[in-house]
Amino acid sequence: MVVKVNHGIAYHQYIDEAGKVVADLPDSARQTKDLIPLYKAITLTRAFDEKAVALQRTGRLGTFASSLGQEAVGVGIASAMHDNDVLLPSFREQSAMLWRGVTMTELLLYWGGDERGSDFQITRHDFPICVPVASHFPHAVGVATALKLAKNKAVAVAVAGDGATSKGDFYEAMNAAGLWRLPTVFVITNNQWAISVPRAQQTAAETLAQKAIAAGIKGIQVDGNDVVAVHHVVSQALQRARNGEGASLIEAITYRLSDHTTADDASRYRNDKEVSKHWKQEPLRRLRNYLESKDAWHHEDEDALQAEISDQVEKAAQVYLETPAQPASSIFDYLFAKLPPALARQRSLVMKGDEPHA
Amino acid sequence: MPEVNLVEAVNLALARALEDDDKVVVLGEDVGINGGVFRATDGLSKRFGSERIIDTPLSEGLIAGMSVGMAASGLRPVAEIQFMGFVYPALDQIGCHASRLRNRTRARLTCPMVLRAPYGGGVHAPEHHSESIEAMFAHIPGLRVVIPSSPQRAYGLLLSAIRDPDPVVFFEPKRLYRSTTENVKDNGIALPLDKAFVLRPGTDITLVTWGAMVQETQLAAKQLAEIDIQAEIIDMATLSPFDPSDILASVKKTGRCVIIHEAVRNCGFGAEIAATIAEQAMMSLLAPIKRITGPDTVVPLARLESKFMPDVNAIVSGSKEMMEYA
Repeated sequence: MVVKVNHGIAYHQYIDEAGKVVADLPDSARQTKDLIPLYKAITLTRAFDEKAVALQRTGRLGTFASSLGQEAVGVGIASAMHDNDVLLPSFREQSAMLWRGVTMTELLLYWGGDERGSDFQITRHDFPICVPVASHFPHAVGVATALKLAKNKAVAVAVAGDGATSKGDFYEAMNAAGLWRLPTVFVITNNQWAISVPRAQQTAAETLAQKAIAAGIKGIQVDGNDVVAVHHVVSQALQRARNGEGASLIEAITYRLSDHTTADDASRYRNDKEVSKHWKQEPLRRLRNYLESKDAWHHEDEDALQAEISDQVEKAAQVYLETPAQPASSIFDYLFAKLPPALARQRSLVMKGDEPHA
Repeated sequence: MPEVNLVEAVNLALARALEDDDKVVVLGEDVGINGGVFRATDGLSKRFGSERIIDTPLSEGLIAGMSVGMAASGLRPVAEIQFMGFVYPALDQIGCHASRLRNRTRARLTCPMVLRAPYGGGVHAPEHHSESIEAMFAHIPGLRVVIPSSPQRAYGLLLSAIRDPDPVVFFEPKRLYRSTTENVKDNGIALPLDKAFVLRPGTDITLVTWGAMVQETQLAAKQLAEIDIQAEIIDMATLSPFDPSDILASVKKTGRCVIIHEAVRNCGFGAEIAATIAEQAMMSLLAPIKRITGPDTVVPLARLESKFMPDVNAIVSGSKEMMEYA
């Protein structure tokens, strides 16, 4: 017997759950001042999620997917990206989207039932939230192909959850990205739960990152609650992609501390003991501990940040709540570049308030 | 003016679009050096290079999904699915993304892609190679469903589909790929989408059809003319968005309508046409609306295929039956 291929999966962690440095920090994290924006972004996302859930609970927002506990993954990804890179998010990537320039008001409009929430005013080229799981991974292949054809050095970054790794789209996209050495980074936010199905019931594979091996791309595991580690491995993957060295799959290990969405009750399928354990590993406290241990963050900084964020979140919510619904005609006006004559009659009926079939 | 068949006309349109616009790319299984299993992309790889004529892995969901990503990034992808029977994995991307991207982003991102596939029976193909599921696509808002029925219309409609700013599925009746030839003007002139074609004027009965059934219907109309029944033939060409104006005008004139499609009857597009006539031209009818379609069965394998497909005789006898009313 001869071993034909031998692969390993590296795991990256720099700051452990207690906020202690466990490996030589990468250059991007040597200066504590460079970590402050990351800390602020995680804090902002947490406050935003809390507000969104509160709005839903009081009947002022639709179903919402909180990212509680996994905010560092998105912040690590987005802070490593360039503006001209393209983000293709799943539905729990608000921390990445906010960093990229999607506004809190846009996110609230989306979850509040208004398509204008996906008409991002700043990141015009980023993709909207993708709901059908993993179906946006093939889009990243197309985006990367277009970038490569245009000799544009930007990278397509697609993000999805652990459940996505069981889907064909996930494999098909990785396979093609590997084949054509495309500038693509796939990130799996492994938060251990696909609604009620735990990671262990999703696949027998020891890691999700190793699924990259079959596609001929690089697979990496990272502590998703360590924003320094996520930022670093994503930066490296982006650099490889820009250099023409091909695609990567990054498995960021984290935990969904919230329900799947506001329509879910996680107590039906997991116990408090498990959740409590993961509260000890969440990303916000550990980064704060680290910054405080370096004398780079103090109570007064925290108080000022909380006040600032609270103000921003409240203002964004207010703008959302005060935004009137679109006119009924808008359900026709973006279907096609030019409304086909066949739809003109239905449009006029809807505008009169009649049923389309009347 | 070259005398070409339908598949050669598709090739001419693809070459013309690739020549005119460097954003146009062709992708699919075996579309490169092999030129496609039906040779629709023959010679394109040599002429335009493998960067623009992309042989993909055997991965229909990917083909459709990456086309969405390419289209949203400024390219004009023309994807080929080898047979309509293999289009189901791509249906996910068409229904969930291609058809919705403009609407869900309020036109921030758009999806000018074409998904081509040969469809329909009548060529004694293996299992899964003879389906007609165009109605499934016609049920998707935000999508154009286009079916040519002659070389010239294949050329002109495909050019329109590629130039259109929105997604189009373009289903080519493979039974007609090589059955007839026509002098196709390769002049880059497109034919209008969202519009039916009146192929034969007539005063007695309206025959509505599309795809390979157009040929059968034209033969039937000739036989009907011999017994003094003048049939008006309408080739739908664009099933969705559905513009019934030509059909309604014709039915108001003739008072009779037979709809012919090879797809199964249940929820076939003929049902939509019949319902629209009932809603908007009921009082003009002199006879019930008749549908001549495939039965609600799985497309049989080759030996019994002819029992499934509507033919000239069925169209002639169905039309005569309708003439007996009033």
